[in-house]
Amino acid sequence: MTSRSLSVLAFAGVIVTIQLVTKATGSEYHLTQLTMTAYYSLLTIGLCMLVGYAGQISIGHAGFFAIGGYVAAYLTTHDFSAQSGSVPLSLLSALGVLVKRPDLYGGDLLTFHPWAAFVTALALTIIVAYLVGGPVLKLKGHYLAMATLGFGIIVYRIVLGTTALGAADGITNVPGFAVVPGIEVSGKTSLRVVNYYTAWGIVAVSMVLLMNLQHSRVGRALASIHGAEDAADAMGIPTASYKLKIFVLSAVFASVAGILLTHYNAGIGPSEASVMKSVRYVAIVAIGGMANLWGVLCMSLLLNYLSLRGYLGSFDDAVFGAILILIMLFAPEGFLRRQIIGDIKGFLSRRSGEREAS
Amino acid sequence: MSIDLFFQYIVAGITYGTIYAVVAIGFNIIYNATGIINFAQGEFVMLGGMTAVTLYQFLPLPAAILAAVLITMAIGGLIEVLFIRWLHRPSVLRMIIITIGISILLREVALHIWGEGVRALPYFTGTATTAVSLGGVFVSPQVIWAVGVSAVAVLLLNVFFSYTLLGRQMRACSANRDAARLCGIHARNMVTLSFMLSAAIGALGGCVVSPITYVQYDSGTPLAIKGFTVAILGGLGNSLAAIAAGMILGMLESFSIWVLPAAYKDVISIAILLFILFVRPSGIFGSAETSRLKEF
Amino acid sequence: MTLLSLEGVSKRFGGVQAVNEVSFRVPRGSIKALIGPNGAGKTTLFNIIFGVFPADSGAVTFEGVPVQGLHPFQIAARGMARTFQHIRLFPKMSALENVMVGRHIHTRAGFIAGMLSLPFSRKEERAAREKCLDIMEFLGIGDLAGADATSLAYGQQRIVELGRALACEPRLLLLDEPAAGLNMRETADMAKLISRIRERGITVLLVEHDMSLVMSISDEIIVLSYGQKIADDRPLAIQKNQEVIRVYLGEDNAAD
Repeated sequence: MTSRSLSVLAFAGVIVTIQLVTKATGSEYHLTQLTMTAYYSLLTIGLCMLVGYAGQISIGHAGFFAIGGYVAAYLTTHDFSAQSGSVPLSLLSALGVLVKRPDLYGGDLLTFHPWAAFVTALALTIIVAYLVGGPVLKLKGHYLAMATLGFGIIVYRIVLGTTALGAADGITNVPGFAVVPGIEVSGKTSLRVVNYYTAWGIVAVSMVLLMNLQHSRVGRALASIHGAEDAADAMGIPTASYKLKIFVLSAVFASVAGILLTHYNAGIGPSEASVMKSVRYVAIVAIGGMANLWGVLCMSLLLNYLSLRGYLGSFDDAVFGAILILIMLFAPEGFLRRQIIGDIKGFLSRRSGEREAS
Repeated sequence: MSIDLFFQYIVAGITYGTIYAVVAIGFNIIYNATGIINFAQGEFVMLGGMTAVTLYQFLPLPAAILAAVLITMAIGGLIEVLFIRWLHRPSVLRMIIITIGISILLREVALHIWGEGVRALPYFTGTATTAVSLGGVFVSPQVIWAVGVSAVAVLLLNVFFSYTLLGRQMRACSANRDAARLCGIHARNMVTLSFMLSAAIGALGGCVVSPITYVQYDSGTPLAIKGFTVAILGGLGNSLAAIAAGMILGMLESFSIWVLPAAYKDVISIAILLFILFVRPSGIFGSAETSRLKEF
Repeated sequence: MTLLSLEGVSKRFGGVQAVNEVSFRVPRGSIKALIGPNGAGKTTLFNIIFGVFPADSGAVTFEGVPVQGLHPFQIAARGMARTFQHIRLFPKMSALENVMVGRHIHTRAGFIAGMLSLPFSRKEERAAREKCLDIMEFLGIGDLAGADATSLAYGQQRIVELGRALACEPRLLLLDEPAAGLNMRETADMAKLISRIRERGITVLLVEHDMSLVMSISDEIIVLSYGQKIADDRPLAIQKNQEVIRVYLGEDNAAD
């Protein structure tokens, strides 16, 4: 427990330091990409538990990100005034779910309150995750990979092809999300620092929750499913049920990331559901050390930030592709694992030993 | 709908079905030799088409196609030697991630060489508007080329695997690698050969359908997914079944326009993939036991 | 008092009748061994008992309740535990963590409790840890608790797997070739361990090839040949059984 608290504190320290540095150097615009990076990282640490810890590959998680983001975007931008007399709308209105807000042209929009949209998006994600996960997780190996890939593509095709969801342009003018009074997730420059800390605060809390999970009875069960599924079964672990639950949990992380990022960016587009995004997320988990939460977080921070700032240029996708290959060839357990220190020591001692012999 | 339209859908179904079957056969060759699913299979098709288009500027058409196939074959072999050979008993996850990485790299290289535009070889005989009458139905001669060339290629592969020493060595390797090695068969080279053959048939298919379907730097991934669907549909490892399965998928996709908006056409193949995976992963013609035999 | 009973269990794999109308009982508190030449169907029976795959016909009854058709994790919850012929320890986990997986059915903390690190879940973990350390002490591997499980010596790994099964607090322990790959001294130690386990009140059904172990600790022995039970008796009677001798040593030796 103590080493866990220490690492969280160290992490908090880093986050605060970065913010102070940007303030001191007058480069606070960096905070925008850093905030976006935080939300993408939220997805990858959830994926880390599924792919790295529980050993279930999924190359379709951008689909869950998109479900969260698109549902939230749609419900908070679509004008429901046309149906305001109808029964379902009256019901929603009575529940206090709807709000009236002005649109760009001075008229009035009747949309969902962001909290209601959040809950709805999350609920829908959980339902889809259960429905998809059930049959998909019975598969193994490349069948599982293909099935999750297929799921991601279906989501992509749906958001790309549906006019109500903005087709190729996506949804824009998504309002901010006042999570609590005083903290609004939106892209307003005045709230940049608040949003930065909110995003990374959520990541910090998530890291604590997931680290706790890893060190708990369930975490041990997940690791055992990964290590030897038949033996885990024989030890009384309901493997199918646990695989499904961790799948849904990781989908929830992806969805929350999608919802919050959509409010932050005031919009979402079909590229967020693309296969390349899903592949990137898995690449980050792979390079981060598969089951190593901190490793994945660090890699996510680094790679997402570089990508968002455009430093990778037109070689963006190529870099991720190359990373995947190199990591799988040379360090399939990931870069940042405990043994790597031992490996380096071993390598160095062998080299010096050879020199002495000659 | 009119009879004409009906037959047009059939012809489209056959055309696309052929290319899907070719990709599936490519998957099967590598799968049979190694147990690996090569996610980069679609890129071989794309590379074949793109390379041929570029070479056509300097060479007559048949030479350009042959050269493109040989170059893609070489690339296939190179990929195996550079990336796959190193691996010692890789886990499935690792193989999947590596071949995805290779697929991305090939695609990005293609993007940087050829840009985003679509390319196509010219029609082998005639033009885009020529039509030949087949029993009353008007068909573009290119479709006949596509089906014909692919059929010949599959036949040659069949002959190769059944009657030549090298082909039989490959089959021995896939049946029992260690026993094959004890007989003096160089297993690692068989793996390289499987990648090369797979690349060759993919490239050939890409050349032959490119006048109709066009190729683009990113045509690879959707083809790979559909090819995989067809391979699973027919039973992984069974290439003759892949041909039938390819036709089925081609037809289903073609006729889907009847009921679904065209934007959702790709969803059909994915839905079929998911359905097959959930219901009968051994495929229509496969069974759990024969899938273990892993023959051509 | 019968703890486990099989009635008419059969299983066919394609063209091979792996198990053919096998029936037997395992009395509570006994050590019963299942022996037979390779391919006789012993591990198949184990897998059927533990729900890895269903029998084609026949019944498996545990503590008076039919259990055929249940999944392995449900069988474990009923009070049975098993080890594997080819050691199936969890890699990347310590020996103690491996043993602690055995406590899964006796603990409750779920996803939420785990993520929030609730007090009752932490208490459960401490108690489980204590119990597992006790089990490892009992088995003589207490000092291996923190070691990486799959890097231990083969014999030690076998005992860790045994500890993991004991952590389930089973009433019936199924051991699949516990002495496989062990030398003479390790086999003798294993025999002593199994006896001590029986003294604690746990019934043991074991599959084994090593006759010294089987003869020294078993109360009763079942002999299988080509999927059929050909003998079910006490060790001394088995040694004199003509059919058993013929099956193991061939026709010529039967007359001796």
